[in-house]
Parts: sequence; C-alpha cells; structure tokens
Amino acid sequence: MSVVEDTRTDIRPGTIGDSPARPDGIEKVQGNYAFSSDLSADGCLFGATLRSPHPYARIVSIDLSAAWKISGVEAIITADDVPGKLTYGLISQDQPVFAADVVRYVGEPIAAVAALDPETARRALDAIVVEYDVRSPLLDPEAAIAGSHEPIHPDGNLIRHQRIVHGDPSATGDVVVEGTYEIGMQDQAFLGLEAAIAYPDPGADGIELHVATQWLHEDQGQIAACLGFPDDKVRLVLGGVGGAFGAREDISLQVHTCLLALRLGRPVRMAYSRAESFLGHVHRHPATIWMRHHADAEGTLINVEARFVFDGGAYASTSSAVLVNGITMAQGPYACPNGRVDGYAVRTNHLPCGAMRGFGAVQACFAYESQMDKLADACGLGPEEIRLHNAMRTGDTLFTGQAVMNVAPVEECIRETAALPLPDEPVGGAPLDDGSPDAMKLPGGAGRTADARDIVRGIGWGVSIKNLMYSETFDDYSTARCRLTDGVATLKFATAEVGQGFITIAGQIARTVLGVDDVVLDQIDTGVGSAGSTSASRQTWMSGGAVDAACRAARERLFEAVGAAHGLEPIRLMIDGTDVIDTAGDLRVPVSEASAGLEIDETVEYHHPETEDLDENGQGNCHTAFAFVAHRAVVDVDPELGLVKVIQIATAQDVGNALNPLSVIGQIEGGIAQGLGLAVMEEIIQIDGVIRNGNFTDYLLPTFLDMPPVLATLIEQPDPHAPLGAKGVGEPPCISSTPAVVAAIRDALRQAGIEKPLDRVPVRPTDICL
Amino acid sequence: MTHEFFTLRVNGTDHEVADSWLGESLLDVLRDRIGLMGSKGACTQGECGSCSVMVDEVLVCSCLVMGASAVDQEIITIEGVAPIGSPSDVQQAFVDAGAVQCGFCTPGLVMAVHDLLERTETPTETEIREELAGNVCRCTGYGRIIDAVERVSVQRRATSQKESS
Repeated sequence: MSVVEDTRTDIRPGTIGDSPARPDGIEKVQGNYAFSSDLSADGCLFGATLRSPHPYARIVSIDLSAAWKISGVEAIITADDVPGKLTYGLISQDQPVFAADVVRYVGEPIAAVAALDPETARRALDAIVVEYDVRSPLLDPEAAIAGSHEPIHPDGNLIRHQRIVHGDPSATGDVVVEGTYEIGMQDQAFLGLEAAIAYPDPGADGIELHVATQWLHEDQGQIAACLGFPDDKVRLVLGGVGGAFGAREDISLQVHTCLLALRLGRPVRMAYSRAESFLGHVHRHPATIWMRHHADAEGTLINVEARFVFDGGAYASTSSAVLVNGITMAQGPYACPNGRVDGYAVRTNHLPCGAMRGFGAVQACFAYESQMDKLADACGLGPEEIRLHNAMRTGDTLFTGQAVMNVAPVEECIRETAALPLPDEPVGGAPLDDGSPDAMKLPGGAGRTADARDIVRGIGWGVSIKNLMYSETFDDYSTARCRLTDGVATLKFATAEVGQGFITIAGQIARTVLGVDDVVLDQIDTGVGSAGSTSASRQTWMSGGAVDAACRAARERLFEAVGAAHGLEPIRLMIDGTDVIDTAGDLRVPVSEASAGLEIDETVEYHHPETEDLDENGQGNCHTAFAFVAHRAVVDVDPELGLVKVIQIATAQDVGNALNPLSVIGQIEGGIAQGLGLAVMEEIIQIDGVIRNGNFTDYLLPTFLDMPPVLATLIEQPDPHAPLGAKGVGEPPCISSTPAVVAAIRDALRQAGIEKPLDRVPVRPTDICL
Repeated sequence: MTHEFFTLRVNGTDHEVADSWLGESLLDVLRDRIGLMGSKGACTQGECGSCSVMVDEVLVCSCLVMGASAVDQEIITIEGVAPIGSPSDVQQAFVDAGAVQCGFCTPGLVMAVHDLLERTETPTETEIREELAGNVCRCTGYGRIIDAVERVSVQRRATSQKESS
C-alpha cells in the first residue's frame, strides 16, 4: 500500500491540502452518473462508420445503392457531403473527415450511416460497396525519411525533422556507451468508449454536441470548420468521460455525428465498440531511438548523441510536438554540457499516433535510462550513484539552451525513493502455511508452471523529467468564472474532467480563497472561454490558476463591499477560515453574511509565460515548466519461461504542493500501472499495416494481479512559478516506471548469470528466455 | 431476426422486454430495452468486468449472458445495490478511499466487491487481487480499490463483533 503520512491536521475540511471526496463520486459508485455512452434522446438515430480494410489504397468507386434499400436507413454520407473544410487535425489539418480518393490506414472512415437502430446501421455498412486499387503501403519509417516510397499524403512523408546542437557536440569521454531502443505502440485503453450525441438546432443552422473529450473548444473549432459554421453555432457540452489519457485530444466521431444530425434534423448518437475504438483514436508513437553517451571515468556526463524516429502513422495529429518533447528530453534529468540530437516524425500507413500520457517523454526516457544503467556498469557505479552524480538542479540547462528555473529536486526524488523499504516478501513469494510455494505469488500465477526454485529477483531504477503545459509559443490559457452570493461560490469552466479530479480541487481552491463552504460547479461546456486541454499535466496549474485568479478577483469585490460597509480600506481585509477579518482591527464577519445580497461575478483568463520556437539548431526556451520523479522497481523473473512478476514499485515525485494528496496518490498509482503495462504487457500489434490484437483479450492490460503495491513519497517543494505552488502530477508516474521495470528484469537475469539487452518494450517472454 | 417477448426480474421488479432479438446480451437488454444504464460495456467479451451483475447470486459478465436466458432468474444490477442517495458500505468506501477516478469500471467493481465480501468476510490482499482480477481499471492502478475493500472488511468485522458481544 502507499505510504501517505499526512501530518497536517490544521486544514479546514474541503480546502487545499485536504482530500475531500469527489463531487461526482456517489453518482459514479451508484451507477447513475451519465457517461457520454449513456446519453440518449427521444427519436434519436444511431450512427455507424464504414472504415477502410486496407492500409493504403485508392478509392475507385463507392456504391451506396444497396445500403439505401435497407429499411430503417435514414442517411448515408461520404466526403461529398462535408459542407465545410474537408480535413481536420490538431496542429495541421491533414486528416480527411471521410477519405475521398485515398485511404491511408486500416480503419480510416469512408462513410457514415444513420439508422433507426444500431443493428440496421451496421447492416447498411456491410451493404456499401467500395472498389479499391490497393497500393503497396509505407510501413518502414526509415523509408519515409529516405524518400524511397512515394508520398502517401500531399504534405509528404516527413512530418517534421528537428535537430538540436548544444555545446561541443564532438566532445568525447573516456567512457562511451551506445544502444538502439525500440518502443512499441501503446493504446490509451480508456474504459469509456468514444460516444456522443448531437442535437441539431431548429432549421439546422447550428448544433449542440454532448461528447467525451479532453478539450471542448478545440473540438468546437475543428467541428465548426468542417460543418462550415461559425464557432458560435457549435455548442459543446462535456458528456461523462470514462478516462482519456490523450486519446480524446483528437477528433474521432464528433464531425460525423454532427453531419448526420444536421442532415436529418434529428438527434443522432454514435458510440464505438472496443474494436472500433482501437482504430478510431490515435495511439502512443512507436519509436526507434539510438543514443551514445560519453562520460569521464567518474561517470560525469560529457556528451549525449541521439537520433529519434517517431512513427506518426497516417496523419500528423500532434506528432511534431511529440517529437519535440522527446528530443528536448534526450539528456533526461541530468546535467550535460554537450549534445547533438536528430529527430524525425514521419508518416506511414500505420494507425495514426498522437497524444498519450507522457507524450514523447516516455519514449525518450526508456532510451536514456537504459543508457544510464549501461554507463553505471561501465564506470563501476551503482544505478543510484550514477543518477545522483549527474542529477539536474535548478538553473541547469537543457540541450535547447533553456535553463530549468523550476524547483528541480532530482536528488531528493532519488534519495527519498531509495529510503523506501524493499519488499519483505521472499524471492518467489511467501510460502503457504505448509511450507509449499504459493503459486499465486509466482511469475505467471497459478496457471503457469514457474518453479519457485528458479525465480530470481532484480531491482531497477528509472528517473525522469517532464515538461508541463504546452510548448513552442503556444498560448494554452485557461478561463474560469466565479460568482459569489449569499456565501455560495459558483464556478464555471470548460476544463474537461476525465477522471483526474479537477472538479474536486476546483472546489478546494474556491473554499480556500473565498472562505466559503458551499461551492456549486456549473455545467462544463463552451459557454465560457477555453480551458485548454486536459493533457500535458497542465490543468492543476492552468485551470487551477484560472479558478484561483477568478476567486481572488471575486474576493476583491467582496472586500470592497465589506470595506464600504464598515468604512475600512479593503486592503486591510483578509479571509480567516470562513470569515472576513480586519487584519488591523476587531472586525470579523462570516463570508456568508458579508456576501449576502451581493452578486459578484468575475471571469479571468490565466496565461502562462510565453515560450519560444526552436531555431534550426534546436535552441530556444520552448518549454514552460518541468517536473521530476524517480522510480525503483522490484521484480521476480522466471528466466526459463520468460515470466515476470513486478513485486513492488517505490517512487518519490516532485509535486510542488499536493492540493489533494489522495488524488495525487491516485495519479501516481494509475500512471505507474500504465508504465508497467508498457514495460511488460501492452503493445498494439500491426502486421502489414493491419491491427491484429484490437480487443481486450489480446491487448493485455494490467489487472489487480499484475499491479504491485506502490510506495510513494511526495516531494513537496512549492514551485514559485506555479499559481498554487502545485506541479502537474499526471504524466511523470508513467514515464520512468517503464525503464525501472525493465532494468529490474535485466538485474534479475544477471542474478541467474544471463545478460540480455532488453532494448525493446514491451519486454516479451521470448526476449527473456530465448 | 426473431423478435421475442420475455420478462426479466431485475432488482426485484419484473420488466417486460419487447423488441429484443433472441441473441441479445443481457447487458444490452438491461441498458437499451429496460433503461438501466448503470452496467457499463467496455470490451463486450468478458475481459474487463465493467458489466458485472448478479444472476441468481452468481457474479457474471452481463455481456456474455443472453438476456433471454436470464428469464426466471433473480438479476441484481448496480441500481439494485442500494437506493440512490443511500450508498452501500462498499459504495461509500470507494468514494472515501479514492477508489473512483473516471468511474467507468466502478459499477462492475462494486458488484464484484459485494460478491467477494459476501463469500469471504476478511479476504487477504492476495485473495482480493485474485478475486477482482476480472475487473479492469485503467485509472487507479488498483491501490485505492484494495484499500476500499479492506476498509469495508474491517468495518463489517467491527460491526459483527459489536453485535455478537
């Protein structure tokens, strides 16, 4: 179990630092919380999507005649029916709403149908006849770089090339280690499948879409462009979101649902199946990363050379930003004076890739942490020693020339992780009362045939750096509105609550700033300014900052009113608990009384400091802020069968200020589970461009039995740059947990006298035993 | 397609099911025909447990059971665990322990935890992990869910000891 020693007893319940219950918790446990897949309307129709079976083909013809003859089919639409912009996308709009002449991945939408029930819609899809001219797909990212395959897209096969040159990139060291690392394609695998319902306005000149998404306003803009509407004719309401992890940052069914509803002038629902979900959203980029580290004999880093290749799949999505995250994190959380990094993000006819928790930093970390272990071995140092020796500190510079000005407690993260106890469970698990091995404790569990005598245990480390918020000049601001009257604060924001708990801390912030107990959360929709995306570990900082600023603005109005009523300068007033008090006198008025009859209404945008683009040598202050974390994994391995059981993960994370410690622990444990998944279980398998395991039987997710106990220490050093001192905590847990688990497997195998590179994740049994 | 009429007894109430096709899963019948939306579909092949319900006191994945085959059986769904606004001890413990994030797996897990604690009053951590391994949660990493189960187990033991003394 996690170690959460909360010694703070002077916190008013429900304020910052407390861990109050989620406001939607009771509804969620009782089953009456409405996820977007639970939404329906009288007379609504059901949409379904026809998808390409080929990774790369020209569309010769589409014959809808047989589908139209099916009773109950109300609408069939293709690219010809898109009234506005024909393409969409997050950074460049290169992805067709429907493929018109070319399909570029298996699963690409070609047509959509609306029918009276889902079964009829699916039968109509089967009746659509598409004639294809199948082409040879581009599946090798190196071929995309080399230009040896015809362009699969008018924008070409190279999405972005960026290099970074820093210091003396030809510097060499006494010790040189090198490796090439591969990261497989991971799926976000949120449980709540894609779903939306669209309600057309009378006259079909506008639309309201209820959808599970990460960024309402970005969806609004992309949808409106494709519908040919001004933005204000497209209103979005957040449908209950069953997890996101990056997969809801891009458009999936939003435009299709709206087009069908507008065509028919009736509400239309769309909902993906699990198989369709694997095709219908972007995934974590597979990557190949070569690195060469130079150090002196004491293990001090001198130079890091690296080459990154990210396979973006068929469309760009956020590939260019994923690339920049990856290459700018190439040195890891370590000081290093020299570096040369070359990075490519390319198109192939694989599934499109985009955002997933960790966003480029995950791929980089597996490579640089594997390298740090090699370096430690070459220098005769332990894994903790090499990391402590090179640990980044506040003021150190990245290869981009940007100085890390945030709190940077890398050394504390490592030391506090090391201080957590190792498991007392003996190797192979505690035996049963009769002394025989407990099969449940063995790698592979009771159903496998691991022999307790063959099990070896290993310990591995991973430490990482993650940039917080968006980068490269993007102003990802957030907006919040606070109304205060009669002791009740009402908050309005468009921040997507995807499960992470922003709605919990929003109330905590309001209670703390305003001294109220009652906080009402308004509907999350586009009826207020953008909150930016629930991604990049940014909402606690950005939307937390916006809510804090809106509440402070409301508090100023309150102090003005109290000051006027009592003849006091507002600057003398402050909140103490639930009262307004005069810091230089005797006045003490409950906020409920002080705000009685007032109608305070303040809306504030919070912006983070401006960032810069990278120049041609990758120099520039491109990132906003940084967070750090250390992980130590303990694993038991059966070397003969290649089975792994993760016994324990210990972690210390740089969180700045834990606004809600229980939520932070939830992010830490959940993120580690996804990092463990990438280490030993999760990979989307594509053969010749065709997904082969797009279901939960074959795509393996960590269960209760795969996930070990987590020991966590929160490193709380409030960041002076963060509005509440709090850093984002969502992504770091899944970044260095992956290399920690893999390093532990390598260490375990070494106990058995086996040396394996394990330079690819997920590690498969055959990578261990063959 | 054969259309049938049948009656299902769900949470103590008889529901006449019309317009169902014969092979329709119990999950789809509960959600789309009867309108009980608490059971969730996330994989529809029995891997994730989000759709867990009790059928004649046996925990099943309702996506794997035909609706028509559950005639004459007592079906309990998440809506039948406790009245709205009066959560069960398990439900309350999930909220208190931080076992809920996005909440999509939660109804199925609540069903599975009630079933586990009915059969085993004080499960060990290994038993909890083994018994709940059919329920996937993508958000929490399971730690807080195990804590919730242990809280209920301790509470119930304390209550039963108080009653017996």
